[in-house]
Parts: sequence; structure tokens; C-alpha cells
Amino acid sequence: MSDPMVIVGAGQAGLQLAESLRAEGWQGPIRLIGAETHAPYHRPPLSKAWLLGEAVEAQITIRGPEFFARKGLELETGTRVVAIDRAARTITFADGRVEVWAGLALTTGAAARRLSMPGAELAGVLTLRDLDDASRLHGRLVPGARLVVIGAGFIGLEVAAAAVKREVEVTVIEAASRPMARVVSEPISAFYTDLHARNGVRIVTDAAVTGLIGDAMGHVRSVATSAGEFPADLVLVGVGAVARDDLAAAAGLACDRGIVVDACARTSDPAIVAAGDCTVRRRVDGSLVRLESVQNAVEQAKSAAAALMGRDRPFEATPWFWSDQYGVKLQMVGTSAGHDHMRLRGDPGEGRFSIFYWRDGRLIGVDSVDRAQDHLAARKILDRGLDLAPEAVADPAVDLGAFARG
Amino acid sequence: MVKVMFVEPSGDEIEVEAQEGWSLMQVAQSKGIDGIEAECGGSCACATCHCYVEGEAAAAVPPPGEGELAMLDNVAAERRPNSRLSCQIRVTPEMAGLVLRVAEVQS
Repeated sequence: MSDPMVIVGAGQAGLQLAESLRAEGWQGPIRLIGAETHAPYHRPPLSKAWLLGEAVEAQITIRGPEFFARKGLELETGTRVVAIDRAARTITFADGRVEVWAGLALTTGAAARRLSMPGAELAGVLTLRDLDDASRLHGRLVPGARLVVIGAGFIGLEVAAAAVKREVEVTVIEAASRPMARVVSEPISAFYTDLHARNGVRIVTDAAVTGLIGDAMGHVRSVATSAGEFPADLVLVGVGAVARDDLAAAAGLACDRGIVVDACARTSDPAIVAAGDCTVRRRVDGSLVRLESVQNAVEQAKSAAAALMGRDRPFEATPWFWSDQYGVKLQMVGTSAGHDHMRLRGDPGEGRFSIFYWRDGRLIGVDSVDRAQDHLAARKILDRGLDLAPEAVADPAVDLGAFARG
Repeated sequence: MVKVMFVEPSGDEIEVEAQEGWSLMQVAQSKGIDGIEAECGGSCACATCHCYVEGEAAAAVPPPGEGELAMLDNVAAERRPNSRLSCQIRVTPEMAGLVLRVAEVQS
């Protein structure tokens, strides 16, 4: 029996990597090791269906036990890996066990960024990253409770949308001048500000959080900001995530706010690969790109599995993301950052529109609100590097899907 | 429980007991059915849980919504009149006997 391929981190990237190793022809053992006590599950529903009580764990589990048995994948949950020995090709577990690997993959994910300010450790101050976080939050969303969300990004706004449905009083505090400012353009932010207001969620922008104030029992009671104090029974901190790269860094692998990988998901040690939220990818021009998305987890994992089998499968597709709030689907591909021209397609008044962005005459990104057809066409157009004129976008008679295929 | 059958890309037929209210994608995932990738976890964002619905019970499946139709325009395998995304179909008792032929490729 050969030594196993070992995958540290049993999230979506880790599981995909295991499956892809089998598909790539690896016939030896495959060990998938997760620190959480759960089998790999879909993370996107945690800030949506899970908070509304619309799903049980088996429904968000990515593959049932029968699948692992059929594919001969060994899953070990609730287990922490504390060290990697690259020379000896071993990993060490928290309980002291040492295991040899034939190939090693790191899919350790990311942790929720925490606030570093007075009161950050008070009871009732939560983050949302994993299933246990989501269950804890779900249990606290009771009618009449006052929730203050810190950060108007995807997580914060999705939680706000779910919480208000459960009759929670929601205020969102954002340091920037508009929601989702880092990822979408002004008109999209304006649409979402209005959408939240119509659903009873107030978004307070240009408000810097200065501290969290607790009661005598050590439970949060309010959030102090530059725009005033907001009473809170519960606080959700949604200010981004930090790549879990400490295990890799301790083993001497190159890290820069994430495990540095190339387009084929190889780390600075070509015998070790990494994929998903824990990585930062070095582009051909040397710049680094950090993505946290399902697409990145899945595609990079496929590349990583191929690399472990000695094959190059570069992943360089245009990034895409989505966010669901109040049943409205926001889909983004590419980037709007640095655009010098934009065009609208569809009608924001009807709640169905896309905004296309160009820089120096080249299409760089598209944001779509309930316009999946635009989003999918844009993915193809950007991946193929097609030249799309602004006039075509503004003309509803032009079939973008046909253009993308053409 | 509602009996439905999945036909995997290999041609293997697997009959399963589906839980009412679950999506057919979730049923397939929990039973270890091959060929359904479902990368986005049922958000109608990836078109990798493509199936062809067959059998008399196919009439009991509600028609696709606009979001699903747009995704179906972009499936990797051949799109047919009975193409569906299994994450968008919730199991009901009327679906007993439904056959889901999993598309040969998803991405």
C-alpha cells in the first residue's frame, strides 16, 4: 500500500481536492483531515437558509457518507494538524501522532477577522464563518432582539436580511460611505441601501466603530461609533476574513496574508499544494490576488489535485461571486475597481439590471441584479477576452448570450 | 419519503428514498450519486447539478423559474426540453417514480 495523499482542511476546497485526486487517477489512500467536527458542508447557506431554519445539516453536507465509501476517501473530523515536516514528509497531529504523506495539500480556509478594540470579547459579540457560528447566531435571532451588524459586506448584509425576516431589529454600521464599497460600484450600493431600507434594515454609513459597551454581566449592551451609540442585544462582526496560513508559515512555506501559490496551486515547495480561502495567488506579472469564493475553492482544488499528480492545470478564469439578499440575486464577475466608463442594461426600477464596466476601452467587470443571463454572458465574454462595445450593452435588442458564444 | 431514481452518467440506476421538502440535488448528494457536482450548494449560481427529468412523474415537477432558465442556457452538456437544475426542484409526494438522468458533464 502506498503512502496516502493527505489533505489538511475538510472544507469545500479540501473535499474537491480529494474527489479530483481520484478523478485524476490516484489509486492510493486519500486522507481528508478537518478540525471541525462536521463533514464538509456548503458554506454559502450559513448566512441565508441556515439562519432562517430552512435547512438541516444533512441538506448542506456536500457529500453523504455513502459517497466517501464509494470513492474510498477517508475523512477524519475534529482533528487538528499542528506541524508539517517537509524533509521527512510527515504531519504531526495535536495528539502527537505522526503520519507520512506521499503528497500534501493545505486547504485550511480562513478565520473571521475580529475587532481589536475595547469590548470586542464581550458576550453577545459574534462572528460568522462556520456551521457552529451559524447555529449560535440562529439561536439568538429572536423576535424583538436588537442586532447591530458591524460591516456592510456580503456576510453582514446577508445576515441582516435573514435577521429582519425573523423580526429582529437590525442596524448595520459601515465605516465606508456606502455598502459593499470594496466590490461593487455606487449605483449597485445605492440599490442595496434602498432594498434594505424597504425591508426595515437601516444602514448607517461613514460610521467608525470606536468600542463595544457591556453591562454588569459582561454582555454587550451597545456599540459606540463616530455617528453615535447604538443599543444592541447582539452584535455580528462582519469585517472580513484572515487566511489560515500559520501551519504553512511555520513549515517555511512562502506566505503573504495567505499561502502563496502559482496558477497551478503549487506552494513555494512544489511537493505541497494549497487551495481555497487560505491561499493568495501569484500572477504572471508578480502581483498577488486573494480570492474568497466557491469558484476559487473548487477550481484551485482541481488544479492542486492535478499538480499532485504531476500535471499542470492552471486556473486563471475571471473571478465570479454572488450574494443573496431578500431573494434578490447579486452576481459579479471581474471587477468594477478602476473603471473609467460604465453602462446600464435593464431597469433598476424593476429590480433587474446589470452594470458593465470598462477601463481603457476594455471590459473589466459586470455586476448583475437578478439578471443571470447577463452575468453568464459576461463570464464568457471576459474569459474569452472578447471586445464588447458599450453601445451593444445599452441596446436591449442585442443578444449578449449569442455574442458571447459567437 | 418519495421513491425517485437517479441514472448516473455511467448508466447505473440507483433508486432512492427522497425526503419531502429537500431539493433533488440535496437528495443526490446525501445518497452519494455520481455526476452531480453542485458547486454552489443550491444557490442557482453554477449550473453543475444538471439532470434530465423523465417518466410520467415529470409532469408533477413545477416549471423552471427565470434564474434557472438563464442558468440552463449555459449548462456544459446538451440542453434538452427536459433539462433541469436539480437544486431548484423540491421533492413532493407527486414526484414518486420520477427518473433523473444525470447529465454526462457538468463543467
